[in-house]
Amino acid sequence: MNIIIAGAGKVGSTLTRQLSAEGYDITLVDSDDQVLSSCLERYDVITVHGNCAAMEVLLNAGVKDADLLIAATSADEVNLLCCTTAHALNPRLHTIARIRNPEYSDQIYKMHDVFGLSLAINPENQAAMEIARLIKYPGFLRRDVFAKGRTEIVELRIDRSSPLCNVSLLDMANVVRCRVLVCAVLRNGVAQVPNSGSFTLQEGDRVFVTAPTANLTSLLKNLGIITRKARGVILVGGGRISFYLAQRLSAAGIRVQIIERNYARCQELAALLPEVSVIHGDGSELSLLESQGLADADVLVTATGMDEMNMIVSLYGSSRGVPQVITKMGHVENQSIIDSLNLGSVVCPKQLCSNIIVRYVRAMQNQTGAAVSVHAIADGQVEAMEFVVNDSTKNCGVPLKHLKPAAGVLIATITHGSQTQIANGDSVFEKGDTIVVVTSGKRVIRQINDIFV
Amino acid sequence: MNYKMMGRFLSQVLTIEGVFMVPALVISLFARETGAVRGFLMTLAAIALLALFLRLVCRSSPSAFYAREGLVCVGMSWIVLSAVGCLPFYISREIPRYIDCFFEMVSGFTTTGSSILSDVESLSSGILYWRSFSHWLGGMGVLVFLLAFTPSDNQGAGFTMHLLRAESPGPDVGKMTPKLRTTAVILYGIYVALTALDFVLLLLGGMTPLEAICTAFGTAGTGGFGVRNDSLASFSPYLQNVTTIFMLLFGINFTCYYLILIGQAGSVFKDEELRLFLGLFVVCAGLIALNVRGLYNSWEETLRHSAFQVATIISTTGYATTDFDLWPAFSKGLLMLLMIVGSCAGSTAGGLKLSRLLLLLKSLGRNIRQVLSPRKVERIRINGRVVSEAVLDNANAYLAAYFLIIVVVYLIISLDGFSVGTNLTAALACFNNIGPGLEQVGPTCNFSQFSTLSKLTLSLAMLAGRLEIFPILILFSKDTWVRR
Repeated sequence: MNIIIAGAGKVGSTLTRQLSAEGYDITLVDSDDQVLSSCLERYDVITVHGNCAAMEVLLNAGVKDADLLIAATSADEVNLLCCTTAHALNPRLHTIARIRNPEYSDQIYKMHDVFGLSLAINPENQAAMEIARLIKYPGFLRRDVFAKGRTEIVELRIDRSSPLCNVSLLDMANVVRCRVLVCAVLRNGVAQVPNSGSFTLQEGDRVFVTAPTANLTSLLKNLGIITRKARGVILVGGGRISFYLAQRLSAAGIRVQIIERNYARCQELAALLPEVSVIHGDGSELSLLESQGLADADVLVTATGMDEMNMIVSLYGSSRGVPQVITKMGHVENQSIIDSLNLGSVVCPKQLCSNIIVRYVRAMQNQTGAAVSVHAIADGQVEAMEFVVNDSTKNCGVPLKHLKPAAGVLIATITHGSQTQIANGDSVFEKGDTIVVVTSGKRVIRQINDIFV
Repeated sequence: MNYKMMGRFLSQVLTIEGVFMVPALVISLFARETGAVRGFLMTLAAIALLALFLRLVCRSSPSAFYAREGLVCVGMSWIVLSAVGCLPFYISREIPRYIDCFFEMVSGFTTTGSSILSDVESLSSGILYWRSFSHWLGGMGVLVFLLAFTPSDNQGAGFTMHLLRAESPGPDVGKMTPKLRTTAVILYGIYVALTALDFVLLLLGGMTPLEAICTAFGTAGTGGFGVRNDSLASFSPYLQNVTTIFMLLFGINFTCYYLILIGQAGSVFKDEELRLFLGLFVVCAGLIALNVRGLYNSWEETLRHSAFQVATIISTTGYATTDFDLWPAFSKGLLMLLMIVGSCAGSTAGGLKLSRLLLLLKSLGRNIRQVLSPRKVERIRINGRVVSEAVLDNANAYLAAYFLIIVVVYLIISLDGFSVGTNLTAALACFNNIGPGLEQVGPTCNFSQFSTLSKLTLSLAMLAGRLEIFPILILFSKDTWVRR
């Protein structure tokens, strides 16, 4: 599949890395020669220099033969024009544009035909959605959704006081008293897919649990994690993420405070968000955080433009015992450093954004039984994939105990209609079902039949 | 300062006044009132001479015209209009002293309705018409009329907005349409239509045509000059109720009517100011009805009088159907507070204006919250829209100027030696363009007993109240007159 990526910024280069590794033919367009040559050194792509919204540059990049265009420059208008032009040149083309300005969100939704857009992505809005989902279930460090929201993989950290500490997987069912499945454990930076019931959870483990979404609440309750609804949230930094997040949270009746350093931006936010209290001040000033009621806050979200600042404020929040801390990070390349700190949940907008695009690319190939969605969990060492069972799928209707999956592959759940069940030896899947598969193997799984030996 | 331009402007304003005086002259001619006919004829001649003189002298003028000239023009025009407009009263000898004539005319143009006459019924019909017509012209504004209907070489120039802003009441004056002239025409169109409706309804209720037109003018401009000595007390309940309703209608922002006309009625009823206005009316009328229930024979009468009195004060009209000076202290106190409040911005009424009150209350709330958390940033909104800090500052400054003027006026008229209640309500009633106050300036009394100095002071207070203080205040500022 031919893919044109316009703009080699944060999202563009993340996408280039991911998609070229998956074997797609990538053409990278940017107006900065230096960025292009550095990408050329790192990835197996070709590059075209120029303004991606110009017709000639697009033709040079081979827009006529391309299947997908991803416009991810820093300017919304350029992205839109790029998609509109490219779509006019090649009506068969799928187009994805990054649009971050909230003022455009309405018209993008209503006029996507006019612009020739297949998908519009707003990284800040995605990050806000992700954070809002995390706030809904405090206690989970991360949530990945499958099967149209019916199945989730959630991440938990095992503390010394956790009821799961030093519990074997066999006994786990007695503790959590609902049907869940541990699909991966991250211990000392190494991910493992446990395959025997004697595997024992230890302090410091990060556990990835698969469960039907309906079971999440009882899971939390039985683990002794207080699930009272968040009522007071402090957002440090008044950027776009905070804006989207505050909008979502206050609509859900949660009291939100935004602390922002720039007075003019404070006024803007106060005008846009009547329900939210906007505080003018430096969020890194600890006395300010205290005076705004950090001790009583249920959630602290750090979303300034600076990772260092977010980390420091989050660390302070954790040390003051705020029940849930969420840190926005722009750079998550060095995961082990981030893991060694107590930052709570870490949300990275560019990664969320490129995950969605990668999912879209895979869905374009779904006809051949490729994964509908792929989520990288456990620091990217484990992948959770979602497949739809179709005509060409082997072993339909065969109980799982008679099947031999590939090394490191685990079938986690089977969703039949609206019913999700945790897979066991007697489970069968049939045509039309959605299955979630977890794999830590080196073997590349492109389509559903690859999971069997 | 561009004096020549202002001269030309004044001559235009005078011409309009002259044109509007002709119907009064015709009425006097029909009624064969020789005194009044002589008064109008001589005044018209004087106006013609003055306008011609100004036009000739100020023939060639540079067209530079800015906010300062605009504001001074507004202030000057209103003073000149009153000074010239009162000449018929004086020349016809129906009001013997010139200062009384001036007071009466200012009271007319500013839609106050305070009178120095004890026997209105003795006036000739032409004079009566002119006196009430001044309410109607002053209600919407002479300069707005000028903008709407006279050709001007300055069309589209920004200064016209200063004129509209100076003459239209309210903290944040906007245009309804891109062209100022269209806005002015729409305003007058709504005004004429509502006045005509009122006139017809009054006529159907059995008033004579002159009584009906004068009462309609007084209601439309929220003025309050009556045609009978007892104001509206001796008219039928139907006429009183019609007047109650129309006084309220003219106290509503005219933009609301425009929005209804263009089919956006939904947003009108969500308007915070309108809701406050109607809510305040219902609550106050209800409270007063409870308070005065023993004074009248039936509930119908009690409600009718309390509703009428609340409407007349809140819309700053100043008619009366009963002597509310005889009411219990609570009712009088409530009425006195309503004097300050006034009606909606963008109506013909006076007072502090409800939208300004809303702004002040909201900004007070914000200040209180700011004491609790000093770094909180909050914006004030009206109808969901953010109000700029400049408008808030302006409202605060207005409030300061408002009370300062009341204090000064109160002190000056206190020299005459009347009671505290009389002086205070006289100052309030004049400055807020209401008309009658309490005690010796109550609905059955008048302002004739005040000294010349007090009458002059009250006249200026009325003008300041009608023009939202600043156009009059800057006439007394040194900075206005120094050369730039």
